Amino acid sequence: MGCLFRPLSKRFHTMSAQQTFFSNLKCRECGRLSPKEAIHICEFDFGPLEAAYDYDLIARHISREIIAARPETMWRYRELLPIDGAPTVGQQVGFTPLVRADRLAAKLGVDELYIKNDTVNYPTLSFKDRVVSVALSRARELGFQVVACASTGNLANSVAANAAAAGLTSYVLIPADLERSKVVGSLVYGTQVIGIHGAYDQVNRLCSEIAGKYGWGFVNVNLRPYYAEGSKSMGFEIAEQLGWKLPRHTVIPMASGSLLTKIHKAYKEFIRVGILDEAPFSVHGAQATGCSPISAAQKKGTDLVKPEPKPRTIVKSLAIGTPADGYYAIRTMNETGGSAEDCSDDEVIEGIRLLAEYAGIFAETAGGVTVACARKLIESGKIPRNESIVLCITGHGLKTQEAIHDRCGEPRLINPSLREFEALIANDAAVLNPA
Amino acid sequence: MSIQVRIPSPLRKLTKDEEVVTVEGSSIADVLANLDAAFPGLVERICDEEGNVRRFVNIFVNDEDIRFLQEKQTPVKAGDEISIVPAIAGG
Repeated sequence: MGCLFRPLSKRFHTMSAQQTFFSNLKCRECGRLSPKEAIHICEFDFGPLEAAYDYDLIARHISREIIAARPETMWRYRELLPIDGAPTVGQQVGFTPLVRADRLAAKLGVDELYIKNDTVNYPTLSFKDRVVSVALSRARELGFQVVACASTGNLANSVAANAAAAGLTSYVLIPADLERSKVVGSLVYGTQVIGIHGAYDQVNRLCSEIAGKYGWGFVNVNLRPYYAEGSKSMGFEIAEQLGWKLPRHTVIPMASGSLLTKIHKAYKEFIRVGILDEAPFSVHGAQATGCSPISAAQKKGTDLVKPEPKPRTIVKSLAIGTPADGYYAIRTMNETGGSAEDCSDDEVIEGIRLLAEYAGIFAETAGGVTVACARKLIESGKIPRNESIVLCITGHGLKTQEAIHDRCGEPRLINPSLREFEALIANDAAVLNPA
Repeated sequence: MSIQVRIPSPLRKLTKDEEVVTVEGSSIADVLANLDAAFPGLVERICDEEGNVRRFVNIFVNDEDIRFLQEKQTPVKAGDEISIVPAIAGG
């Protein structure tokens, strides 16, 4: 939990004189440039837009030493994030621990295993604080007073909290059947929470129409090119925290597939601007079988993602049936020699338990997916046991307690009596085999 | 049959800012052909050179994605509403 309580002086941000290094938005399909406004698709072919940077200029402005001297937040990679001025929302987000997990490594039978632990991201305990920090900072630059999102829970929590801190009005639209912790984790900030009777993809479609009608800043719709780039900071941090090198394998949960493509982009950008040397790396994607359109397509050897009309899984944060970045995620996995994998809900629970019992980290269901799928990739030989592995754990387990509350036992109850205590533990291993 | 088509904001330049337009047709393919006649340039944004709906475009008949129906051959009838929605990320 150390990252939550770093001294403020270590987290206060200083900016370089050159404030921005991104010039336009660029279509990922046709390459046409668009102005850096609140737009997310190319008007010529509907391809997604993303931020375009001047990498040569960036290479002259940053180095390992410059980055290392900055405050320990995601904004230490400021030149590679798409805002014009200084960040104004979420300045303390990021730089979560990268934990070497030797006991879990031994359990999984691998030599070198790390957990990128975004369960303790600030302020809402998921990686979504990264994307929201960028999206809302950009929303302010673009003059929005009202911000909004469609969400499976974590994004809603983060938009609600960060908008509250920034004094922005916020609306979050969620499937009505989300985990209670995630609903309360939005309501508490005074945001307008709208529950929709429908699946996430229906919520998303509605938001697309609302964004066009009301002119709000929808972080995952018209602010998406900025929002999505925030995920890169997870990749930058992994490389820096490993001692300025890339892990040979990174296992990443997939909902829309965006996080996987952005971690890959982060690794490539660090190489492009001279922070890292070229080195082989593979990114692997993890899904729950009950909503696994990307994994299913990758395993079939196609990049045509067949949408899942009715997701059925306890992993609600990954239950996106029509993954917008599925095509790119598959292409990225294939280009890097990575693989997709998926796992049952029972395996998700096992994954949560493994991570908790062998690494001391309580992850939400998406974390269980990552651990379970990594285990399968290791056992099938797709990830060699003697190569370095990073598992991206993206959200805290307290947010999805419903999934596990009846799967990890109950406390043993006694009266406040030494006699009862001794009788209770008489056959425990700690008593039978004292050290 | 008259069919209402909801136009996403990025394409409204081509429909003179009309949010909903009405065209004739008995299938999605018909509707797209008639849309293109009424608003030249609109369909090339939605479909690729082979006439297939682009990867990043979702077309709904009422609330159903045509990928789960009969793609472009999906029949439509008077009173149906078609929506053209760009794919979006989230989570």
